[in-house]
Amino acid sequence: MPQRTPLFEAHVSAGGKIVDFAGWELPIHYGSQLKEHETVRADAGVFDVSHMTVVDVSGPQATAFLQKLLANDVAKLGFEGKALYSGMLNAQGGVIDDLIVYKTAWDYRVVVNAATRDKDLAWINQQAAAFDVTVTERPELAMLAIQGPNAIAKVKAAKPHLAALIDSLKVFQGMPAGEWFVARTGYTGEDGLEIMLPASVAVAFWDALLAAGVAPTGLGARDTLRLEAGMNLYGHEMDDGVSPLAAGMGWTIAWQPAERDFIGRSVIEAEKATGPAYKQVGLVLEGKGVLRAGQVVKTPAGDGVITSGTFSPTLKLSIAMARVPAAASERVDVDIRGKNEPARIVKMPFVRNGAKVFE
Amino acid sequence: MSNVPAELKYVDTHEWLRLEADGTVTIGITDHAQELLGDVVYVELPEVGAQLAEHAVAGVVESVKAASDVYAPIAGEVVAINEELVASPELANTAPYGEAWFFRVKPADANALDGLMDAAGYTDLIGA
Repeated sequence: MPQRTPLFEAHVSAGGKIVDFAGWELPIHYGSQLKEHETVRADAGVFDVSHMTVVDVSGPQATAFLQKLLANDVAKLGFEGKALYSGMLNAQGGVIDDLIVYKTAWDYRVVVNAATRDKDLAWINQQAAAFDVTVTERPELAMLAIQGPNAIAKVKAAKPHLAALIDSLKVFQGMPAGEWFVARTGYTGEDGLEIMLPASVAVAFWDALLAAGVAPTGLGARDTLRLEAGMNLYGHEMDDGVSPLAAGMGWTIAWQPAERDFIGRSVIEAEKATGPAYKQVGLVLEGKGVLRAGQVVKTPAGDGVITSGTFSPTLKLSIAMARVPAAASERVDVDIRGKNEPARIVKMPFVRNGAKVFE
Repeated sequence: MSNVPAELKYVDTHEWLRLEADGTVTIGITDHAQELLGDVVYVELPEVGAQLAEHAVAGVVESVKAASDVYAPIAGEVVAINEELVASPELANTAPYGEAWFFRVKPADANALDGLMDAAGYTDLIGA
């Protein structure tokens, strides 16, 4: 039986085309994925991300626990309100999930993916047993992402009492406001907010956002926006069998201090010393068609694979993220429906703040 | 609610066919098909002069979310293709029965349309 977020009826009222996403009934679009994508790049859109899993971690050993659990180091979170992106690795150095952790008054808040909720919670609780910490899931919270160049102004118009708090947040910071939690984070490459709030008031907030001119935006646009932004999606760019070094996540691994023995460290440290076999690259299609996940990337150094591909609504051409042999450079061929089509390797992101980034 | 014009013929792979006065047949994808695909961003068409067998892959239509083959619903020689659709694939969403025709064939069998679904049959098929 699929689950519904508190906003299910609101999605239907707004014309949302409902699909099953990781066991949740959510809108893929509200009429046009392209239009929603463009609205987020030029104005402001709101996504229901209530299906995401929110976990609070508190206790005397909360920091030590997360320093063991995560490849990035929560010691970097110098003050309450700062956020950190990290991979959570297994002992074999594969990626169990990627997540954001916020430093809070009660120690930490962690937000993980919905599709990986069960295994994430099992793993977190299993590791937590060795520490003096309390791990509490917060399923009673809804979560909305409001993204786009006008997103912050429109949220402030919809909820004036949040304006002072929002103005105090720098990018990648989040703070509570009563039962709410307001973070200047997102998954689109635009400025914006991710707001967690009690499910009981989610519809009222959604309605206020729409009244302030924020456009309902579906999962389809969420995927094309994050792909243009060069952001990983669990199950595509990485999974339990993929090293973070082959998934463009090297920058999220805190190697110092050398004595911090996070789970998976020894394996990826050895991999780093010998040089990873694969790397993540961005591709821009120069031939015909549309790049799609699963297509084979042919390089002089061997084959790779497209992990996510699409037609970029902002750039009006096809782009992809791919995992290719480490020696691959500059040009590749992609097998699109049996034909080799040329593509160019570029540095990601493809788009930031509404504009093309790569050369 | 999909639009299913009464004057056209249909096949279960969601192409429509229109018999022209000169005996050629214009082919496109249905309103229902474009609704399933979502925003169309890329179209590939056969070459003029190509001989298509019935049910052969004649082209590709790709939306932001998926790629789908376009089939030749009848056998024949391709006599025209819609270059304007290649340049503006979004026409497939806005005018599936008009500006977004895909290609035109000279049928191998002049009576090829006789056995195909009419609008009532296609409406039943898609549950519209």
